[in-house]
Amino acid sequence: MSTDKISIDPTGTSDGGTDSIRLDKAARPVSITEAGGDERLPLLEIRDLAITFSTGSGDVHAVRNANLTVMPAETVAIVGESGSGKSTTALAAIGLLPSNGRVSGGQIMFDGEDLTRAGGKRIVELRGRSIGMVPQDPMSNLNPVWKIGYQVKETLKANNLARKDINKQVAEVLADAGLPDAARRAKQYPHEFSGGMRQRALIAIGLSCSPRLLIADEPTSALDVTVQRQILDHLATMTSELNTAVLLITHDLGLAAERAEKVVVMYKGQVVESGPALDILRNPQHPYTQRLVASAPSLASRRIQSTRAAGKESPEELAPDTAAVAKAEDVIQVRNLSKIYKLRGGLGKSTDFKAVDDVSFDIKRGTTLAVVGESGSGKSTVAKMVLNLEKPSAGNIVFDGVDLASLDRKSLFDFRRRVQPIFQDPYGSLDPMYNIYRTIEEPLRVHKIGDKKSREVKVRELLDQVALPASSMQRFPNELSGGQRQRVAIARALALDPEVVICDEAVSALDVLVQAQILNLLADLQSELGLTYLFITHDLAVVRQIADHVCVMENGKIVETGTTDNVFEAPAKQYTRDLLDAIPGSRLAVA
Amino acid sequence: MLRFILRRVLQVIPVFFGATLLVYYLVFSMSGSPIDALSGGKPISPAVVAQLTSQYHLDQPFIVQYGIYIKNLFTFNLGTSFSGRPIAAILANAFPVTARLAVFPLAIEAIFGVTFGVIAGLRKGKLFDGTVLIVSLVVIAVPTFVLGFLLQFVVGVKLGWAKPTVSSGAHWLDLTLPAVVLGLVSFAYVLRLTRTSILENMNADYVRTATAKGLSRRRVIVTHILRNSMIPVVTFLGADLGALMGGAIVTEGIFNVPGVGNTLYKAVLAGEGPMVVSIVSVLVLVFVLANLLVDLLYAWLDPRIRYA
Repeated sequence: MSTDKISIDPTGTSDGGTDSIRLDKAARPVSITEAGGDERLPLLEIRDLAITFSTGSGDVHAVRNANLTVMPAETVAIVGESGSGKSTTALAAIGLLPSNGRVSGGQIMFDGEDLTRAGGKRIVELRGRSIGMVPQDPMSNLNPVWKIGYQVKETLKANNLARKDINKQVAEVLADAGLPDAARRAKQYPHEFSGGMRQRALIAIGLSCSPRLLIADEPTSALDVTVQRQILDHLATMTSELNTAVLLITHDLGLAAERAEKVVVMYKGQVVESGPALDILRNPQHPYTQRLVASAPSLASRRIQSTRAAGKESPEELAPDTAAVAKAEDVIQVRNLSKIYKLRGGLGKSTDFKAVDDVSFDIKRGTTLAVVGESGSGKSTVAKMVLNLEKPSAGNIVFDGVDLASLDRKSLFDFRRRVQPIFQDPYGSLDPMYNIYRTIEEPLRVHKIGDKKSREVKVRELLDQVALPASSMQRFPNELSGGQRQRVAIARALALDPEVVICDEAVSALDVLVQAQILNLLADLQSELGLTYLFITHDLAVVRQIADHVCVMENGKIVETGTTDNVFEAPAKQYTRDLLDAIPGSRLAVA
Repeated sequence: MLRFILRRVLQVIPVFFGATLLVYYLVFSMSGSPIDALSGGKPISPAVVAQLTSQYHLDQPFIVQYGIYIKNLFTFNLGTSFSGRPIAAILANAFPVTARLAVFPLAIEAIFGVTFGVIAGLRKGKLFDGTVLIVSLVVIAVPTFVLGFLLQFVVGVKLGWAKPTVSSGAHWLDLTLPAVVLGLVSFAYVLRLTRTSILENMNADYVRTATAKGLSRRRVIVTHILRNSMIPVVTFLGADLGALMGGAIVTEGIFNVPGVGNTLYKAVLAGEGPMVVSIVSVLVLVFVLANLLVDLLYAWLDPRIRYA
């Protein structure tokens, strides 16, 4: 009963061009094979590659026995979670391993030449002109002190491709990558560019010398979904025009399947599965791939109904539950909420910026409301106001019958106990100098709940609830993984037995499998403790898995609201359709 | 940019008045009468005391004395020292010496500190890096006066390579030893700062991207690592210039350099209020200007910092 997203597509929202391009690319290798492709040599062939890092505590074998092949003009994706060795493998192919890493075995054949034996000079020759790279994070990959144009220019010069009218050439290269007003933009610095613009500049740099192979390392994971799609579409168009092969590194199986002909799945430094993209998606063989397919939010989004129905709860149990939900009172009511920031203009003038514009919604006790939108849509500002960390410019927020604006110091303190946040970055939101016990115990101490002994019992209980061993109490955040840290953040939020938990992008920084674990944990805790969630996210796929109701925000306004099923099955607004459409893999028919 | 400079210059005004007022007040509250200090404790006739008191406005309340001082300052009348020489003339003699003694070590620390720091950073963990780190640690750990006396004794007296003290003219060559002493400590800091900064930038994503673009290692180092690494170093050097212009009391004392530090020290000992305040006022100005220079350099090196 999967609703194929293609059925929603004919609205004409998406540029049909993408599909045709992808089909073109997908078709190409097939026709070659039919025509006796054996004669064709692979462009890149990695054989039994092993990569070792020397660390203070001995050698770490980051990659073992990795094999993969990229044919000319073909797109191959390496999929895996962080630490799986996918980026390391790709970086080895362009000779950019960190200084403590080395290729300890195997071969990297590029166009018949073994790069592991090639000298430093030869690698420099190949970089840029034969093998290009588009790196992961557009924020940190452009040198902040040089103009964009200069950074393109030096690429052309280093590869002896500079024409006489170099400035015009730079503008052309940037314009080809989809940068509007390129000649003027080239004179700007990276900090004057948005994330999407920077990524376009990086794509321009990566493709400026028309390389035969492009290594794209998570080229869009730092961007909003709609921007992500534009960029990937453009990248696909450009590489097919230039006949460039692409080695795409991603953690998103849906994205990989949508963009690549072949998928290589890596897990703990080894290639566990590889083959045509759709085969792997439909029929994963390795247990890890099966788990990955099962928990990839972009793919799971259409199966969630069935898993819910097949869940532990029998229909009989489910029925009274929904009845209770219908009766439950609204624990949070937001009415005509607005937030205006003054932007400084020239000479004492200031312009108003409406971050949140006339937003209203209710959250029933024990349910989850998701507020969805792209960065800059005002969703986090809403969260801050509901947490009473920002004062609304207009409108009011009623929590359990009391207007937040009317709270005095004492009742505000009480409010803080009942409404708790979980933030996006589990690396930034835990104090590195506090051990786990102290982190979780702190809110109890602040609110003077229990004595030393009962607090310790409570912390143990909380750790148990979030499935962390009690032995982790004495450890510090830097000793834990991202998923474990987010569990600690959840335990801390739950310490005061809150009624409402506000999750601001609480799972966005996590790998898909960890994300799935945390979402399950949140769902379990909700049914156990009757928690109410306000879930702020840019990731619609996650929404489908956790939310009962959805508000879609654009430019500070709520453009669409409804039950999760309604919004996903029959989105009323163009903007929502665009967002849904931009989920990687949404147009793939799995099952 | 122009607006930024204008605003920074305007900021000098409250800083200048605040600093002079504070220093004037401290000098005013010094125990002991300035006349006693002037006479060296010998008894002098009440008539002379009265004459001196009115000449230096010592009978007026603090704020009036300060007002008179500021008025004189703006008419370029810095007054005379107790010895009868115009303070302006004394400063005119001392400042060029100190300026030379500031630029010399600054050049030493900038040239050697940055060069050694860059090499150490690029060869992290190698022999050169290790040696340089240990040497700089020793230099930082040894107090200036120990270093000063040691160099004076070994290089100046025993080996006779340089003059152990500075003659009254204080020519560049005479200043070699004190300049090396002053430069050594900051050299160690500049070296370490450069090294750390290089190491940080070497692992920056944009450096990896630059390498991936096909740039040679040399170009990557020159255009992408060096410029970015110089930002904190320039800040340090600018602040150090301000500090060096303030005169180095200890070093000037050891080598008997007739600079600002020495003059200020003697004036404080003699309880010469007007002299102390005059010198400090000029130092405040120098310091503020040095910092302005740093800010402008900073904006030039790092376009993210825009002064609107």
